[in-house]
Amino acid sequence: MAVGNQGLDGPDLSRMYNSPTKRMREKAIIGSLGIAALISLLTTASIVIVLVSESIPFFREVSLTEFFNPFAEWQPLFTPVQFGVWELIAGTMNVVLWSLVIAVPIGLGSAIYLSEYAHPRTRSILKPLLEALASVPTVVYAYFALTFVTLDVLRPLLGDQISVFNSLGASIVMAVMLIPTIASISEDAMAAVPRELREGAYGLGSTRLEVASRVVFPAALSGIIASILLAIARVVGETMIVAVAAGSTPNLTLNPLETVQTMTGFMLQVGLGDAARGSVEYRSLFAVGLTLFLMTMIFNVTANWFVRRFREVYV
Amino acid sequence: MAALPGAAADIRELQATGSVARRQRISRLSRYLLLAMSLLGVLALVGLGIDTIINGWSRLSLDFFTNYPSRFPDQAGLRSSLIGSIWVLGLVIVVVVPVAIGTAIWIEEFAPQNFFLEIVKLNLSNLAGVPSIIYGVLGLAVFVRFLGFGSSILAGSLTLFLMILPMTVIASQEAIRQVPVSTRQGSLALGATKWETVWSHVLPGALPGMITGVILAIARAAGETAALIMIGAFTFIAFDNTSINDDFTTMPIQVYNWTVRPQEGFRQNAAAGIIVLMTVVLSFNFAAAILRERFRND
Repeated sequence: MAVGNQGLDGPDLSRMYNSPTKRMREKAIIGSLGIAALISLLTTASIVIVLVSESIPFFREVSLTEFFNPFAEWQPLFTPVQFGVWELIAGTMNVVLWSLVIAVPIGLGSAIYLSEYAHPRTRSILKPLLEALASVPTVVYAYFALTFVTLDVLRPLLGDQISVFNSLGASIVMAVMLIPTIASISEDAMAAVPRELREGAYGLGSTRLEVASRVVFPAALSGIIASILLAIARVVGETMIVAVAAGSTPNLTLNPLETVQTMTGFMLQVGLGDAARGSVEYRSLFAVGLTLFLMTMIFNVTANWFVRRFREVYV
Repeated sequence: MAALPGAAADIRELQATGSVARRQRISRLSRYLLLAMSLLGVLALVGLGIDTIINGWSRLSLDFFTNYPSRFPDQAGLRSSLIGSIWVLGLVIVVVVPVAIGTAIWIEEFAPQNFFLEIVKLNLSNLAGVPSIIYGVLGLAVFVRFLGFGSSILAGSLTLFLMILPMTVIASQEAIRQVPVSTRQGSLALGATKWETVWSHVLPGALPGMITGVILAIARAAGETAALIMIGAFTFIAFDNTSINDDFTTMPIQVYNWTVRPQEGFRQNAAAGIIVLMTVVLSFNFAAAILRERFRND
């Protein structure tokens, strides 16, 4: 497997030449390295334990059927108190939908340009610039979504048709954040497509666009799907952009002009101190967190499966 | 060439006509369309930069760095959040470096090749995809409540440490794999123990790659907001932190605080805060890029 281990296999010469104390010290060091490695396992275990154990008291008060009742609203603070999580999931899906509608074409267009068209020198400038988008802190994007995109562009353009806090502004900025995710993973997949496939198509008289769209694109499809799934997982888990720009009113709609609250938006609201400790709405934090954790897990695991697939086929 | 009078005509006939010409034209046009699409992302980055500089530049003064937060926008500053960020990130570095490097060395050099190792690796790649707010919930339940650290620098640092651990380990693993097997074999053949080999040959070779990974991870931690808000760092701090048990706030949280206030003056403060935050984050990234470039061929 790992290259390193090969070098350390074979007869252990140190056993013949080193004193017992030195070998003891050696064992202690290796043991403590193993303990360090356990921390990551403990982290996962604690996440699951915390989310599940704190959700159990919540689900004693609010039944699973109410939680997943598609007609119930998410209304933890006003009477009648209702915990219909679909309203928060719908908010998340609203932002997922519109940010992907924007980010997928741009991200894939960038990937195709970088992999199939760009001169190496153009590529060496363009790629780091696009990747810089991934290093921008999300609170900066959040500021940008609220002040520039919504207040300076969308409101003057659409007037009162669009709420001050709306899904569109959040989605546009979210899309900018997603461009490097989609572009760089898709580009890796396209770069892994063997040269022979391209040259075969050129030999048959295809143009560059035809090679890119009918040969490289389908051949890289599993990597492209992986990049989109990872992008979805990022949107589902992203907090600051939606909390600042999309609003804090749960709303069962896919209309981008309206205010929505996402799962993460609600969690942050609780974190800001809006709910009293030990109350049902405070415990709902963990139930929503568990739902969020499972959703991102499903998207990430599926994406990793697709990534392994394109690596197996071509690399 | 004059001996072949038909040649010129032949070449002209090779010019595509009809549907082939159309396909070629479309293909040529697609280059500009795709270039334009790739530039959209860059344009957004530039737009973001210009917008924040226009809004925030006038607020950048020495007072902005030395003033505590205030309810008057023109008197509010970054002092406590800047100090909080330095404390938190300093502690994160102290904790994450040994644990991440230790984990990576164990996985790459010492772990028995079995099912357990596969679980450890799979777990790391899944942890890397867990949203930061979930780490915040974990920190709230474990560090703030269960271990009783409160909303302190210690709790914040440990939360961020867990958040960036997976990406730091993965980067360190890649750096270790770059060290050639022959280096290890040479050292072992001379009678060094496994640990001596790792310590004096593998680690020095992998160090630049590891440092690059740590710097990038710290840049992420420096901009993290949601996880720290969850553990209760969204507070008004008007003193300088002196211990890891202090309550704290950080720069991104201060920026968030100013962003969500309705008054125009706070928007300017948020923009000025973003200029400072982006300068820090981008210089971390720049340092990592230079380091990676310099040691690429070694």
